[in-house]
Amino acid sequence: MDDLTTVAGQVTELAYALDTFYFLVCGALVMWMAAGFTMLEAGLVRAKNTAEILTKNVGLYAIACIMYMLVGYSIMYPGDFEGGVFQSLANIGVLGSDDNDAAAAIAGDAYYSNLSDFFFQVVFVATAMSIVSGAVAERMKLWSFFAFAVVLTGFIYPVQGFWKWGGGFLNEMGFLDFAGSGVVHLCGAAAALAGVLLLGARKGKYGSKGQINAIPGCNLPLAALGTLILWLGWFGFNGGSELKVSDVGEANAVALVFVNTNMAAAGGLVFALLLSRFWFGKADLTMALNGALAGLVAITAEPLTPTPLVATMIGAIGGLLVVGSIVALDKLKIDDPVGAISVHGVVGIWGLLAVSFTNNGGNFWGQLGTQVIGMITIFAWVFIASFIVWYLLKKTVGIRVSEEEEYEGVDISECGLEAYPEFTSAE
Amino acid sequence: MKMITAIIKPFKLDDVRQAVADIGIQGITVTEVKGFGRQRGHTELYRGAEYVVDFLPKAKIELAVDDAVADQVVEAIANTARTGKIGDGKIFVSEISEAIRIRTGETGAEAV
Repeated sequence: MDDLTTVAGQVTELAYALDTFYFLVCGALVMWMAAGFTMLEAGLVRAKNTAEILTKNVGLYAIACIMYMLVGYSIMYPGDFEGGVFQSLANIGVLGSDDNDAAAAIAGDAYYSNLSDFFFQVVFVATAMSIVSGAVAERMKLWSFFAFAVVLTGFIYPVQGFWKWGGGFLNEMGFLDFAGSGVVHLCGAAAALAGVLLLGARKGKYGSKGQINAIPGCNLPLAALGTLILWLGWFGFNGGSELKVSDVGEANAVALVFVNTNMAAAGGLVFALLLSRFWFGKADLTMALNGALAGLVAITAEPLTPTPLVATMIGAIGGLLVVGSIVALDKLKIDDPVGAISVHGVVGIWGLLAVSFTNNGGNFWGQLGTQVIGMITIFAWVFIASFIVWYLLKKTVGIRVSEEEEYEGVDISECGLEAYPEFTSAE
Repeated sequence: MKMITAIIKPFKLDDVRQAVADIGIQGITVTEVKGFGRQRGHTELYRGAEYVVDFLPKAKIELAVDDAVADQVVEAIANTARTGKIGDGKIFVSEISEAIRIRTGETGAEAV
């Protein structure tokens, strides 16, 4: 009998190890999304701004990790720390927490390592911040951007994250957001929108007679690579958000999440490509890329309850929305070089609302209402808080480079180097 | 000596190179250039916004040749680069007062 107890304990420990491993691998996949954003943005800006956007992306990732460790995680998950937020702040974030012992795992109190949860969460914050960098590309001061990154990743993001995933009021009222169409993507887009409104459009983007000028990106192979990296990383983003894989039910759920995530991206890409073909007369690659990402954002709020066909349709609607939104934002003179506000904001909202179709507990309108409240709450908080921070930065250190620096390219003015130097000599 | 400068459609470059080589011309300088003439530009769409391509890509070739073969070279370029459609390009012929081969110091017709 003792032998059986020992074996049962070992099986439970093994399940703990498997779930922790799954969590960590998914977190590593989400980390790789930083590479996706970096390449996508480097491809869609002009060559003279490449080195700066690369610096911004690697910098914001590292800042997000440090700020979330120091304060963000303990604001978002106060229940994980004895004595709540302020106690844990005194312990400097997760540095003060202990991990589970075998007894806790066998008793069923925990089924993955606490630090694996931190690791999985920290890469999500970085994702939200990555969304901002593309929208403000080619004209923002590097260090003002980093200053904003400190506040968003350490404070603005964790507060609304607590409202949903940390067990706050949005969670209690039944608001659903599986992997973060709202908490991550709408959050990033709202912060980006506030920044873009205060920053203004790139010089030359809108003519004096109201014409909208295209500013084509410099490297579409990189943009395509970045999109495919994001597509890959999203399996960790959504798949990991199931949080568990170690029994048949959970394993099947994870498989469904993977399939649905993939199908939504496919649907988004195809329909964005078709719409751009019929609307503009040619197959616009950048719209197809944005369409795939739109499909991914759209399914993120609920990748578990739709069938693969429904997931494809949710993604397809995201793909149609993103093309319309990009054109509409241009008409409003809101200059977003990579389409981040459309992909993550407009389609993030669609993703949140789409939850009501497949996961409503028999009350479509009730769930839809809850989703709308959650969506407005997240948007309002992040937009207003970000607007205040951007405004303070604008009034103090400034957020925009000079007209001459913008013309020369921010690679030279902010980084003192070029991504593709020519005519240099060793002398 | 004459300097022959021709602006041609880039896809005709290989044919033109072959044609002047057949005459016995030993050197040619090529530059990728952009510009417009009567063909002017055209408009394209990027992410739903229109942009005008004012300057179209062309190949500029330059050859320094002896007076005796200048007409023959011009004719060869014109015949091979011609498609009959707008945008075929132009050929300019000018006098060169001197030419020097750097390696040997040869001058004049010897140098080209």
